[in-house]
Amino acid sequence: MVVARTELPVRRRSLGVIGTLVGANSRLEKHQALWGYLFLLPWLLGLIIFWIGPILASAYFSLQEYDVLSPPKFIGLENYVRAFSGDKQFWPSLWRTLSYSLQVVPIGIVMSLGLAVLLNQKFKGTPFFRTLFFLPSLTPAVALALVWTWLLHPQVGPLNVALGWLNIDGPGWLTDKLWALRSLVIMALWAGVGGNGMLIFLAGLQGVPQELLEAAEIDGAGPWGRFWNVTIPMISPTLLFNLILGIIGALKVFTLAFVATNGGPSFSTWFYALHIYNQAFNYFRMGYASALAWIFVVILLVFTYAQLYLSRRWVYYGGESG
Amino acid sequence: MATGSNVLTDLGRTQARTAGRRLKWQPGRLFVFILMCVLAVFFFFPFFWTLMSSLKRIDELNTFPPTWLPASPQWVNYQHVLTGVPFVLWTYNTLFISALSMLGTIITASLVAYSFARFRYRGRDLIFMITLGTLMLPAQVTLIPQFVLFHRLKMINTLTPLWLPAWFGGGAFAIFLLRQFIMTLPKELDEAALIDGASYPRIFWQILMPLCKPVLATICVITVIGVWNDFANQVIYLQLPEILTLAVGLNYFRTLPELGGQPTQHLLLAASVMAILPIIVLFFATQRYFVQGIVLSGIKG
Repeated sequence: MVVARTELPVRRRSLGVIGTLVGANSRLEKHQALWGYLFLLPWLLGLIIFWIGPILASAYFSLQEYDVLSPPKFIGLENYVRAFSGDKQFWPSLWRTLSYSLQVVPIGIVMSLGLAVLLNQKFKGTPFFRTLFFLPSLTPAVALALVWTWLLHPQVGPLNVALGWLNIDGPGWLTDKLWALRSLVIMALWAGVGGNGMLIFLAGLQGVPQELLEAAEIDGAGPWGRFWNVTIPMISPTLLFNLILGIIGALKVFTLAFVATNGGPSFSTWFYALHIYNQAFNYFRMGYASALAWIFVVILLVFTYAQLYLSRRWVYYGGESG
Repeated sequence: MATGSNVLTDLGRTQARTAGRRLKWQPGRLFVFILMCVLAVFFFFPFFWTLMSSLKRIDELNTFPPTWLPASPQWVNYQHVLTGVPFVLWTYNTLFISALSMLGTIITASLVAYSFARFRYRGRDLIFMITLGTLMLPAQVTLIPQFVLFHRLKMINTLTPLWLPAWFGGGAFAIFLLRQFIMTLPKELDEAALIDGASYPRIFWQILMPLCKPVLATICVITVIGVWNDFANQVIYLQLPEILTLAVGLNYFRTLPELGGQPTQHLLLAASVMAILPIIVLFFATQRYFVQGIVLSGIKG
């Protein structure tokens, strides 16, 4: 798009105020720019109505006491104070969400990468396996929760029956407050590891230059050495991408807990997003829920920024032509 | 992007070719193959189990030890679901939202992408950066004000809040995908048409859109699957049983203690099968467009 502007600054006089506003240097550019804005219009409106407006509104609500029906009342930072010091479920729900993410993300990334490595071996049936691994990620979350309620059923669920064969007394899974969170982790992993993340890893693996792997082999590197010292650095941008998306996705966990356990038993799966939902749509504390949402945004931004910052140490962009 | 972009589309073929070349049987490869089969069972078993359970009678479902296959398949379970709850209506509602979201997304997102890819104006790059920024933002922060907005517009318990936003640009991902694609099309096409006297809308509609068909198909598939799997939005806007979608309807059905005087556990599984099946059929029919989405977005590392 860079056009060398060798000609002198053109007379803008003829283009009028609009011409200056759209940054045009000629009649054609002005004409073009106006068409550009026209085509952009739906999204410009969309950005304002559904993104920028709501973001500002939610910042505004977070300083109010507001239940939708009666007019909002300004209360300053009270909602934030209440979140940090007066809400019994605030910190626990945050730690729970973090604990869930710390289980789902690392295991999920390792398993996705593992599956992608397996699929990257040259086999005849690979497309078949790829499809099969992908199917769980298509399951609607409500159906997923219903299905796993039976798979994890304490008595007649196949998992506990299988554990019974090994003489292990399986736990109550979703009904046991020590195991409910782990059950959700298992469900999320089943549904997630073969999904888009795996496909992205697979694309990354296919982009690793064969020459590098062969050169390493000639230099005497074994399969593990090649994997750690060639493949991993070469796919590190993909790894970063999946890590960031994975963490954002895990911190937002909502539907699974809403349907499978509804936050229970005894709050053991009461995640942060569920907390926001309940404050907003069960108790109609829109102001307080907005404050919670803003705290959440800050946490997500900190996580994402920290990862991008740390990534300078381990992500390698050199060999890609991306 | 260029080196990796056709990687996934060619995946199947490349693998078939190399498999033919290396016929030598190694123990390591046998191990990998067995591992893949074990994993395949792990991923497939829940589907199998659900299908079998959905065909059992309620007492057989609760028998210990559980049976592998239903003693006699109860297809009547499915019939009970269809007659007992407005399942057909829920499906229709879901299809309705899918269709309108799909249409809105492909029409408006392609216009916006055309604008981003081909026009030069002040603020374009800034707006594009903001567009990408919306991908990072959690829905929670916009959800409450949007709810308040639609509440003011008296649109709670209508399907409108679930498809209307799609008509305002269709979201950052669709715009991004289309922009990337349009940028790969030679600009000379536009210029030639312009010289021949075509207007910008005509260039868009008659030259670029036909070329964008593959990526539009991808966006259609992604949008439909997104609607089908969405729960968080639907549960907020839809509260009356007669206006639910499949996802919310299934959740509502779950909370019913009984249906026609009998417990609902086996019926819920039958309903789950009916909610999962269409999306899997759609996936098999459109698999290549799916994979294309990842290729086109240029995400591969």
